[in-house]
Amino acid sequence: MTEIERHSYDVVVIGAGGAGLRAAIEARLQGKKTAIISKSLFGKAHTVMAEGGAAAAMGNVNANDNWMVHFRDTMRGGKFMNSWRMAELHAKEAPERIWELELWGALFDRTKEGKISQRNFGGHEYPRLAHVGDRTGLELIRTAQQKIVALQQEDHAEHGDYEANLKVWAETTVTRLLKDADGKICGVFGYVRETGKFVVFEAPAVVLATGGIGKAFKVTSNSWEYTGDGHALALLAGGTLLNMEFVQFHPTGMVWPPSVKGILVTESVRGDRGVLRNSEGDRFMFDYIPEVFKEQYATSPEEGDRWYDDPDNNKRPPELLPRDEVARAINSEVKAGRGSPHGGVFLTVVDRMPGGAAEIVKRLPSMYHQFKELADVDITKEAMEVGPTCHYVMGGVEVDPDTGAALVPGLFAAGEVSGGMHGSNRLGGNSLSDLLVFGRRAGLGASEYVDGLEARPAVPEDVVAAATTEALAPFEREDGENPYAVHAELQQTMNTLVGIIRKEGELEEAIAALGKLRERVANVGVDPVAVGDGGRGYHPGWHLALDLRNMLLVSEAVAKAALERQESRGGHTRDDHPGMSAEWRKINLVCSLAGDPSAPHVELRRQPLTPMRTDLLELFENDELKKYLTAEELPGGPAGEAETGEAEADEAEAAAGSGATAAGAAENEEGDR
Amino acid sequence: MSYEAKFKVWRGDDGDGELTDYTVEVNEGEVVLDIIHRLQATQAPDLAVRWNCKAGKCGSCSAEVNGMPRLLCMTRMSTFEPDETVTVTPVRTFPVIRDLVTDVSYNYQKAREIPSFDPGDAKPGELRMQQVDVERSQEFRKCIECFLCQNVCHVIRDHDENKEEYAGPRFLMRIGELEMHPADQADRRNIAQDDHGLGFCNITKCCTEVCPEHIKITDNALIPMKERVVGRKYDPVVWLGSKLGIVKKGQDTPSA
Repeated sequence: MTEIERHSYDVVVIGAGGAGLRAAIEARLQGKKTAIISKSLFGKAHTVMAEGGAAAAMGNVNANDNWMVHFRDTMRGGKFMNSWRMAELHAKEAPERIWELELWGALFDRTKEGKISQRNFGGHEYPRLAHVGDRTGLELIRTAQQKIVALQQEDHAEHGDYEANLKVWAETTVTRLLKDADGKICGVFGYVRETGKFVVFEAPAVVLATGGIGKAFKVTSNSWEYTGDGHALALLAGGTLLNMEFVQFHPTGMVWPPSVKGILVTESVRGDRGVLRNSEGDRFMFDYIPEVFKEQYATSPEEGDRWYDDPDNNKRPPELLPRDEVARAINSEVKAGRGSPHGGVFLTVVDRMPGGAAEIVKRLPSMYHQFKELADVDITKEAMEVGPTCHYVMGGVEVDPDTGAALVPGLFAAGEVSGGMHGSNRLGGNSLSDLLVFGRRAGLGASEYVDGLEARPAVPEDVVAAATTEALAPFEREDGENPYAVHAELQQTMNTLVGIIRKEGELEEAIAALGKLRERVANVGVDPVAVGDGGRGYHPGWHLALDLRNMLLVSEAVAKAALERQESRGGHTRDDHPGMSAEWRKINLVCSLAGDPSAPHVELRRQPLTPMRTDLLELFENDELKKYLTAEELPGGPAGEAETGEAEADEAEAAAGSGATAAGAAENEEGDR
Repeated sequence: MSYEAKFKVWRGDDGDGELTDYTVEVNEGEVVLDIIHRLQATQAPDLAVRWNCKAGKCGSCSAEVNGMPRLLCMTRMSTFEPDETVTVTPVRTFPVIRDLVTDVSYNYQKAREIPSFDPGDAKPGELRMQQVDVERSQEFRKCIECFLCQNVCHVIRDHDENKEEYAGPRFLMRIGELEMHPADQADRRNIAQDDHGLGFCNITKCCTEVCPEHIKITDNALIPMKERVVGRKYDPVVWLGSKLGIVKKGQDTPSA
């Protein structure tokens, strides 16, 4: 008989990154007994990797900034596929969330007047990102962590127990959401990694804040935790995922050496004279300037090189084309056999700066440091090998914008695991503020949901038994396959066939391959170790065996949605459907599970996008809306031009200005550094 | 460019374990954590190691490589000769859970005992601080909590009995960070000495040496804190002034 521990909470938050911690803080502030369940130690979540900053229209650096400008930038970045209500809430509430962090002890960089400094970033019209050097994510995590400690100290003073109302379950993994007979959430099932002990957390409300899915891909900037747990848990509990085809790939991640594979190489390397070359030494980007950009980009290396010093009289080098163009070009070079030895291309600044090596170190200090310390590569002497890296998933759990509630009663989601906020493409800086705004809202939503319940749902014994059997299964299989080998193949499949550039044939191939992998995932096996309950103490092979189920489900969701959407938009590029379609913009692709519950498959449904509220639509000029919307959707109908009244003149002017800026900034959008 | 390296990795749980020999492939550009991962994938699927970002930013993969406290992800294989045996052991100051994973809960306990940031009655968005003033504490907030400084500190490295009364460099630095925070209203000078053991530190700078973030823990946090504590406890003018009732001592903040 397997021993199972039981604990009871009002709200259980899965994930201890920015969104999870903010949700837990809110639930505790609402008087709810709250647990945070984290796969890692407290304070190690992937949020620490965020560098650039948190976007919030505080107007500290440019007083013209306000939520409406931020809203417009966000919608443009997402190519108008965003949940406009989420984008609105995000733009309106981000400043309060940043100021709140400051009262919890965060120390942002300052302006001369002593306010929080804000920096420029791709896609943002004004300097908007609150930051701490290039370690903003760490500051956010640490501040939220310390706020949690402060709340625990309050509880200690009152109850003599730090964990009376808010407990962090570090190194604990959830494998199942539990539902009662009415279909309401009644708790979660998981294991403590250290001991392998099983735990049932009884709770009427659960907040998913598990981050992304990058570990389903071979080359990713994401850490091991990013196995799509929340996405899969939601699916398995009857929830839905929105627009999973939108996955952000950064064109320049490192591919070599292996120790830094996938880690981002900031776009400013290219902005600071860095050039891309293939194995034959050609500066190949000149061969990849699309017709629509011919006017704006240099046609010869000489002209491109003059641009850095004299941008007014020269055209910019094609290394600075929009990210999807650069990524596509790199992809083509590699496929044509002109890649670097490790499947990327060369990015180099060697001999590119007038001040030589010293100037490289001065202009790119963090890159120099990163390569030197992590890879033993001296970028003043050697080229870097780079290729596209999986960075962020825009798709995620379909939620109510205001409360973060998923379709399953009692289930909430916030942060990267939730969908809608970023549309088809996220702007850099919008992630950290997203975590705070919607983390808080989900914590609040969960608390209100608990308040509205008449009785706590009970945990049925059979669902616990089923979850236990599932978790123990890898030990039961004789001659089970090595989970590491299956994982490697899954990552290879996703990378090659569902990567940055997609084609119908390859996607079909991927779906077939995933079907075969499904059988192999069901047959992975591990042996018990010497310690812990049933030999499950700190057992990485077993952990991976269980995570594979989640990665497989999200991979199927991404591949099927990518096959369905026959257009290219933001984080979804179809080689066979290169254009953006206003008709497709109206369609959300929604994934759910169907079929035999013991071996369910991902099913897709088309769901109309909710038309934008009129007052929000009016923040844009008609000329801009025409690029995205069908004629019927435009204000005033197909024939009508929007009338611009006197009162709106200023607004329209601002919008026109921002349009110009956004066009320039688009080349740099979604930049995380 | 690849070769077969000899590794000794500590395997076992608390109190019971041994160094196990492995011969494992090493390729150009790899770090020790890559080799540990290769062992997991090919020879020892149950080898326990804690890691996360693999970019020196989260501070999870602390261990000792040939006896030196290091982050496994920041220790390049090229720093060893191909015929050199690389020995990887768990950090010594904390109890082993299994293999390279240790129980670091001591640190989370200490974190809870330090009174939190206290902004007084400041309102959201109203704080005004100069860059030069926030930079002192910002240096300490670079800390990734890898706890290598805690591991190497001789006050507790071989003296479990001191753990009760000593918060270690990481958390004495946290007190320093709050003391130097321009907006903080509390006074933790007394408890730094009385409750958290600042006096144990005899500034050998071992903590500074192992810090992967290159924070000058001793020079910029611990020594200035010692000076502040002396100022609080022993300044003769303050002492006399308070006796005469013309200097009012601030309120000492108790430990949490």
